[in-house]
Formats: sequence, structure tokens, C-alpha cells
Amino acid sequence: MSTLQIEIQLIAVVVAAACALPGVFLVLRRMSLMSDAISHAILLGIVLAFFVTEDLSSPLLIFGAAAIGVLTVTLVELIARTGLVKEDAAIGLVFPVLFSIGVILISKFAGNVHLDTDAVLLGELAFAPFDRFVVFGMDIGPRALYLMSGILVLNLLFIVIFYKELKLATFDVGLAAALGFVPVVIHYVLMGLVSITAVGAFDVVGSILVVALMIAPPATAYLLTDRLSRLIGLSVLIGALSAITGYWLARALDASIAGAMATMAGVIFGLVYLLAPDRGLIAIARRRRRQRWEFAQTMLAIHLFNHEGTLEAAHESRIEHMGEHMRWQWPFTQRVVHYAEQRGLLRNDSGLLSLTDAGRQLAQQTIVA
Amino acid sequence: MNLFDLFSDYTLRTVALGAGVLGIVSGALGSYAVLRKQALLGDAVSHAALPGIAIAFMLTGSKAPLVLVLGAAIAGWLATLLMISIVKTTRLKDDSVLGLLLSVFFGFGLVLLTFIQRTPNAAKAGLDKFLFGQAATLLASDVITMSVLGLIVLAFVALLWKEFKLLSFDSAFGASLGFRMRFLDVALTTLIVVAIVVGLQTVGVVLMSAMFVAPASAARQWTDRLVGMIALAGLFGAIAGVSGAVISSSTSNLPTGPTIVLCVSALVIVSLLFAPNRGLVWNWARRQRNKRQLRIDSVLGDLYTLSQQHSDPQHAHSISVLRAMNAGRGGVQRSLDEMRRLGWVHQVNSHEYVLTPVGRAAAEKKIVKREA
Repeated sequence: MSTLQIEIQLIAVVVAAACALPGVFLVLRRMSLMSDAISHAILLGIVLAFFVTEDLSSPLLIFGAAAIGVLTVTLVELIARTGLVKEDAAIGLVFPVLFSIGVILISKFAGNVHLDTDAVLLGELAFAPFDRFVVFGMDIGPRALYLMSGILVLNLLFIVIFYKELKLATFDVGLAAALGFVPVVIHYVLMGLVSITAVGAFDVVGSILVVALMIAPPATAYLLTDRLSRLIGLSVLIGALSAITGYWLARALDASIAGAMATMAGVIFGLVYLLAPDRGLIAIARRRRRQRWEFAQTMLAIHLFNHEGTLEAAHESRIEHMGEHMRWQWPFTQRVVHYAEQRGLLRNDSGLLSLTDAGRQLAQQTIVA
Repeated sequence: MNLFDLFSDYTLRTVALGAGVLGIVSGALGSYAVLRKQALLGDAVSHAALPGIAIAFMLTGSKAPLVLVLGAAIAGWLATLLMISIVKTTRLKDDSVLGLLLSVFFGFGLVLLTFIQRTPNAAKAGLDKFLFGQAATLLASDVITMSVLGLIVLAFVALLWKEFKLLSFDSAFGASLGFRMRFLDVALTTLIVVAIVVGLQTVGVVLMSAMFVAPASAARQWTDRLVGMIALAGLFGAIAGVSGAVISSSTSNLPTGPTIVLCVSALVIVSLLFAPNRGLVWNWARRQRNKRQLRIDSVLGDLYTLSQQHSDPQHAHSISVLRAMNAGRGGVQRSLDEMRRLGWVHQVNSHEYVLTPVGRAAAEKKIVKREA
């Protein structure tokens, strides 16, 4: 692999990790779509900051964007708090306005400048390594790498230092407030970090795919674990995996790297959705099937138990009668009896079924319960 | 630029008509989405439509609007179905699934588009048209397509009016009545997808969400009845669409899509502030009126009490006495001025007031009402 390829993948992994960290909390706090809103609204922040500095690579752009991100969140909550619109509608009202103002400002006043709305929204990772970070005349690597690494470290520090507060504020806001942590502050700081991350990443993957990297890996990890620490770790891992596989997919197809990263994030989600132990679709289906058989066997045992030692026992305990009584199809009846026999719940003497001790115990326990 | 140009200028007429149709359809269908707390479905479906458009182009080689719209609709529909099933089968919540699907589908669309164009730079893939809409380049045929689709959608809404009403407000009740709620859910979703896709050409992906949510949110402030809300939402959408088109064509360098969004957002702000009963400013004004009334009543009551306790009912009382009785609530002078205007008190000199017979009657009426 050439240096260029390594650099691109490195940047991609760092971006993915930096996005996954705040993304975990967005997903947990049901604020995923705020990332979408913020990543669109920061266009306005970038434009305004650009008007002030006239310099596309100025760090002021990041602050402008972060400020607009916090503004977006504030406006959304303000509107939602009036009670006149619900929270999701509030999000859908605020960010298009900010975005539209940004687009109009660009069209009217910055038409000649290379501040493409395309670039903001879409980004292009392939070109990122060409913008180098020159320190004391030495080229020490792509600028994007340092920027995103800085943001990654920032996010990491925030999560590590305020882990307890974040955990509590996310899962039990009331207790957090009662204990003196200030959930509101944590909320706004988190949103500020989301904005900063979105701005840093827009150059590389574009705003829309920031959403993919913030939401998809944590959502995937959420299907795999119950513990916050594991959730964070898994999200970062899955994000990095999406980044690398996405890169190679894009190379194979000669297509957009960022798009490929998002696609792979989706593919990984799809795989986990199907295959996750306990929560995946396949696991659920298998559990249902197993429960269906177990339920049928239990019903069978209870039926036999109820008629044990009575006059109709000879008739009621015949296997042919089971289907009629339980409304089961004949093949199903046969299989249920077979499984029950295997489990040692009953004996089958050429069609006459009788409970074993184990079967009787099962029936009694179920009835009592 | 005057109103006459609206009728004489072909481009403006076409764009305005297209925007108007968009406004009506997205306003009406958006009402259902907003009511069902699926406001951001518009955002999600618009983004998710991208791969559909790419695949439609890849399969047919044609860029005809109807073909692309069909592709967009299928992709959007797929995304919505996926969302419903993922939410139902996992512990992920609506918002995460929406965010996941919209970004993943969009990313996939990007891959397809850049793959088609054989260039790694997505910006060159003609994406701006899809992202921001191409309202200014709408053709009459586009508008006709939009109108026909829009009419079909609205016809279905009218046809299934009762069913959708049940679905939105009390689907359990609807199920108990025997309506097939799952089917209706899918039907409504399909109509919403069509409505969104119809509007994509005009305002683009990012702003479609606004056209979906804003007219409905604005309309909600003015009425509590579904039929009123849908009609108003359609009206607001149309107004925003047409005015946006007119304004943007009269100023240079003003893209149509964002202008339409600003117009509809202005409508939202006005509605949030001034709508009767719900409007913030309206409520503030009403609270002020009530406070005013309370203060007047309080001073009136004090004057009445004073005149009852005093041996001479015609004795005027000083304002400082009234202020003392007022317990610091303030506004005594203003209340007295208002009561003087109403003929309830008579100002004897610079600081003394006395109740008139009319005022006395008013006070007694209030006492009776209070004790009733």
C-alpha cells in the first residue's frame, strides 16, 4: 500500500472514531436526527465565519460552525418548549431555515468563491491528503489528519473525564440533576462537540455522511451489548471497520469514498441486524420457533395430566385425538410427540401416550405457576 | 416585476405553478406525518430516494422525470418499510433508525452516482440538481406530471379520509372497527413517499423536509380540526411556493428552493406568534388583558368596600389609600383612569376619587357573580 492509501485510510478511521464517540450519546438520548440538523445548519456558520475571516482554512470556521450548532439546538428546544410543535417537527423547522439562509448568502455574496455547497455537503476524502500541514517548513502529514485527530482527542477526553456524568445524565436525568450534575450543561457541551466534529469532518466526508458515521455504528453496537463502555468501544470499532472496508469498496468501484463508507456502515448494520446473538432477526426467529415447540409440548403434557387416571384416558391419550383436541395439524402433532418423547416427557406405546414423571412434573409446575 | 409578469412570463408561471402544486401536496400529506410524529420522515425519504434515482437511471438509461420519480419512490418506500420493521423488531428508536437509513441510503446513492459517472468527485455528478432542486428549470411537462401525481395523491386522501383519520388519531379503535390498519399504514406511507418525490425536483433533498413540516405546523396553530388543518396546510404551502418563486425570480442570485423555504418559515413564525388561542403573542396579549382586568376589579372592589364602610357614600377617597389596600400590586392609577373612562368613578380632585352609581352597580354585579 502506498503512503497515500495509508494516509487516506488513517484519516477515514480517525473521522469514523471521532464521529462514533458523540454519536453513541446521540443515539442513547434519542437525538440522532439532531446530528442531521446540525450538519446541515453549520453551512450557515461556515459562511458567516468566512465573511469575517475571508479565509477558508481559518480555525474560526470551526468556532462559527460550533456556535451555529449550539444555536440550532437552542432554537429547536425553544420552539419545542412552547408546546405548539413537537420536538421532531421543531427540528424539521429549524435547520432548513438556517441552511437556506446559508445557501442564499453564498449565492448572493460569495458566488465567486470556492465555497461550494457541494463541498460542504459531500466532501471528498480522496483529496484530503493533498492539503498538507506544514510546520516549521516540514511537511508532517495531511492537515485533515491532524484536525480530526485533535477533535478525536477532544471527544475522547470529554467522554473519559465526564463519563459518570454523561452516563447518569443519559439514563436518569432526574437523578443527575438531583445529585448536582447539571444535565443541561452536559447536553449543550455534547451538542457543541457534535457541531465541531461535523465541521471538522465535512471537508472529508461531507455533512450528510457525518450523520452516517455518528448514527450507524452506535446503532449497530446497540444491538450487541447492554453496557455503555462496551457500546462506546464497539461503536468505534465498527466505525473504523466501515471506514476501511468502505475505502476498499470505493477503490474497487472507483466511486465516492465517503459514500462507500456509509454504505459499508449500513451493510455491517444489516449483518448485525440479522445475526446478532439474542437480538438479531435470526436469533429472534429461532427463539420463537423453539418457544412454539416448548409451548406445544407443555400443552400436551398438561392435557395428558388432566386426563390421567380418568375414564376417558384411553381415548383422550391417543395420539390421533391430540390433533383434534388441540387443533394441530397431523404432521405437527407427530413432531411434538416425537420431541416430547426425546425430552423424556412421555412414552408412546403405539399411539397411546403416557406421561413420565418428568412430564407430570412439568405439567404440575405449569398449572400451578 | 409585478403581478402581471406572473401571467405573462412563461418561466415564472411554470415555476410558480410547480411550486404551488408542490406546496399543496406536501402541505396536505405533511399534515399526516406531523400528526403522527413522523415529521422527519420527509427528510429521510428525500435522502433515501437518491439510490432509487441512480438505479432507475442505470436500469433504463433514461433521465426522464417520470422514470426517476418512480425510482425515487420505490427507494423511499423501501426505506420507510425498513424503518417500520427495524423499529418493530429491535430496541432502536424511530429517530436512530431514520438517521441510519437516510444516511446509509444516501451514501449508497452517492456510490452509485459516482460509479455511473466514473469520477470519484460526487460534486460533479450533477448532484446539486437533486440536492437543491431545479425549480428554475422546471418545464411545463414537469409541472403537468407533478399536478397529475398530486391530484392522484389528493384523490386517495379524500377517498380514504375516514380511514386515515382513524389511523392518525386512534388506530387501535380503527382496528377494533375492522379496518385493516397495517394496510392503511402502508397506503398512507406510499402516498407520502409520492408526495415527497414529486417535490424533490423543485426544492431538492435538504429543503423538502421543510416543505413537509412547515405548512402543517403553521396550519396546526389555526385550527383543531383535521379538515381545516389539511386545507390550510395546502394553502400555506401553495402561498409559500408561489411567493418564493416570484420573489426569487425578481432578485438576482436568489435560488428558488431556499427562498420558498424562507417564505414558508415566515408563515410558521407568524402562525406561532399570532394564531388565536395558540399563538404566543396572542396569548401574551390575552394574559395582559386579564391582568389588567384583575387589577381593575381589585380597585373597584376596594372602592366599594370603602364606600360601604364610610358613613358618607359620596365621600371621595385618596389614591394613596387605594394604593395601600392594593398590597403592592401596582397599576392603581391606570386602573382608576380606565374606570373613569368607563364612567365608574369620578375624579373629585388631583388625588381623590369617588364611585359613581354606575360604578357601584358594576361592583355589586361582580360581587353577585363571585358569590354565585
